[in-house]
Amino acid sequence: MSPETLPVDANSERTGVTPLAAVAARDDSEISQGLAEKPVFAVRDLSVHYGKSIALKGVTMDIRPRRITAIIGPSGCGKSTLIRCFNRMNELIPGAQVSGEILYHGEDIYASGVDPVVVRRHIGMVFQRPNPFPKSIYDNVAFGAKINGYRGDMDELVERSLRRAALWDEVKGKLKKSALDLSGGQQQRLCIARAIAVEPDVILMDEPASALDPIATTRIEDLMQELKQEYSIIIVTHNMQQAARVSDETAFLYTEVDAETSARWGILVEFGDTGQIFTKPRDKRTEDYVSGRFG
Amino acid sequence: MDRWAGSRIVPGVCLRECKPARRRVWRNRRNTTLVLLAVGLTLIPVIMILYQITARGIATMDWEFLTSSMPFSFRREGGGFLNGLVGTAIMVGLASAISIPLGILAAVYIVEYGKRNWLAKLIRFFSDVMAGVPSVFVGLFVYTALVIQFGFGALMGAASLAIIMLPIIVRSTEEMLKLVPHELKDASYALGAAKWQTIMRVILPSAAPGISTGVMLAVGRAAGETAPLILTALGSYQLTAKLWGAPMSSLTLAIFDGARNPFAAGQARAWAGALELLIIVLVFTVVARVVASRSRISR
Repeated sequence: MSPETLPVDANSERTGVTPLAAVAARDDSEISQGLAEKPVFAVRDLSVHYGKSIALKGVTMDIRPRRITAIIGPSGCGKSTLIRCFNRMNELIPGAQVSGEILYHGEDIYASGVDPVVVRRHIGMVFQRPNPFPKSIYDNVAFGAKINGYRGDMDELVERSLRRAALWDEVKGKLKKSALDLSGGQQQRLCIARAIAVEPDVILMDEPASALDPIATTRIEDLMQELKQEYSIIIVTHNMQQAARVSDETAFLYTEVDAETSARWGILVEFGDTGQIFTKPRDKRTEDYVSGRFG
Repeated sequence: MDRWAGSRIVPGVCLRECKPARRRVWRNRRNTTLVLLAVGLTLIPVIMILYQITARGIATMDWEFLTSSMPFSFRREGGGFLNGLVGTAIMVGLASAISIPLGILAAVYIVEYGKRNWLAKLIRFFSDVMAGVPSVFVGLFVYTALVIQFGFGALMGAASLAIIMLPIIVRSTEEMLKLVPHELKDASYALGAAKWQTIMRVILPSAAPGISTGVMLAVGRAAGETAPLILTALGSYQLTAKLWGAPMSSLTLAIFDGARNPFAAGQARAWAGALELLIIVLVFTVVARVVASRSRISR
């Protein structure tokens, strides 16, 4: 399987065949029949509790395929909580409870019997701080394929993934060196390479550039534009300019405060085309936020 | 208010010679001196032990000492502690084979599975208690539980050493596992790794250098134990590799026997035996450090 035939060609079969891949494949065939706008994710009345306190309330939105969807909002409004729902990473936090539905190609990822491990093989994630394993560059990229029992040409997979993450030329001579020797920006691109090496369908990015300098940030943003040809990308960002630059659609989250108990939780205020959100916001709160009046 | 009046830094005033500054400098010097003194005092016994053992042991330490067993009389010169060396190797080896995997798995359970449940708390509590139990009690326990029925032997000695090693390994491994950043675990889970894969491929390798240091500490402690072995392996003049049915010697038992008799030849052998044990433990520790730093991959 060559890079050219990867997900751009909707009918191509994916590597790493797992139960959910069948769902993805079925949906791909529907895309080719002209139902291209079927959402990757349909979020329905999603709420998240940590213990007894509520963190996110009643989010409903559709994420469209091969687009970059940005999630913006002030600190503590539940952006990270929301993005971690898409690959069930919230479950790793003790006491976290998710209610509502997230339909991934029509299948609820929170339904009983769905294995979160399988979900995460389809939905990759890049974190705020670059977190390469303390292993070699090569082993970092090969990690996901190894644990999934990949039997193909590992060297080729590593090279292809690093090329797609625009890192190959910088590291090709030192694949056996520790990943921790790379610069922050390189480490983050390595994490992206590591995520795409398992051939996911969606890539979640939780403030992927917030720990990077402006040049490294630009490289990551350019890379995202490349990657959206093949993947659906959801990005949480603190930086409104970044959201405006890179995303096709934007979701604005906001913190609601209970006047009596002073409990706080996040709600989805507005979701739509990025241009519309930034130029003609429908909600007053969105307008205040994108015009820099708070946050 | 008054306290700060003199110490306020105003350009051109009081940068060199004012009272609070002098007091601060003096305190700083005094505390530095105290710390250095403490370091020096701590080092004195260590250096004295190393010097004494080396100076007194080196004379008897020769090829014959390393390759032959004890003579049947303390009075006789020559011979060596090969029987003790082999005994220590067998018993510490067996004890390690039991306690290292068990201890690491128990720590993995405490940290990764049983965060707050009662079983994890129980294991941790008893590890603490066990770590504080005098080793002679461990010997007595194995004596009543095994030796009375099956007799003295290497297996019984190894059992007592394993009981001593276990809590050290559990607690040190637990501390190391706790230090693995959760970002690494997140990264692994986000790539679709199952919990066990994350433990085997990310958490344990990341903690390996620290774990091996703790393990070596436990091995060193076991190699240096005497009291429990008196009650379980008993000690012997003969070189033996029998795991049960016959008493076995160890370096520590041989040193103990040699040191408490009045004959010069026996005491000389005990000094050499002490030097031998010291070198073995030292080599083990250094090798463990080197292996651990290598496994962290070349930087």
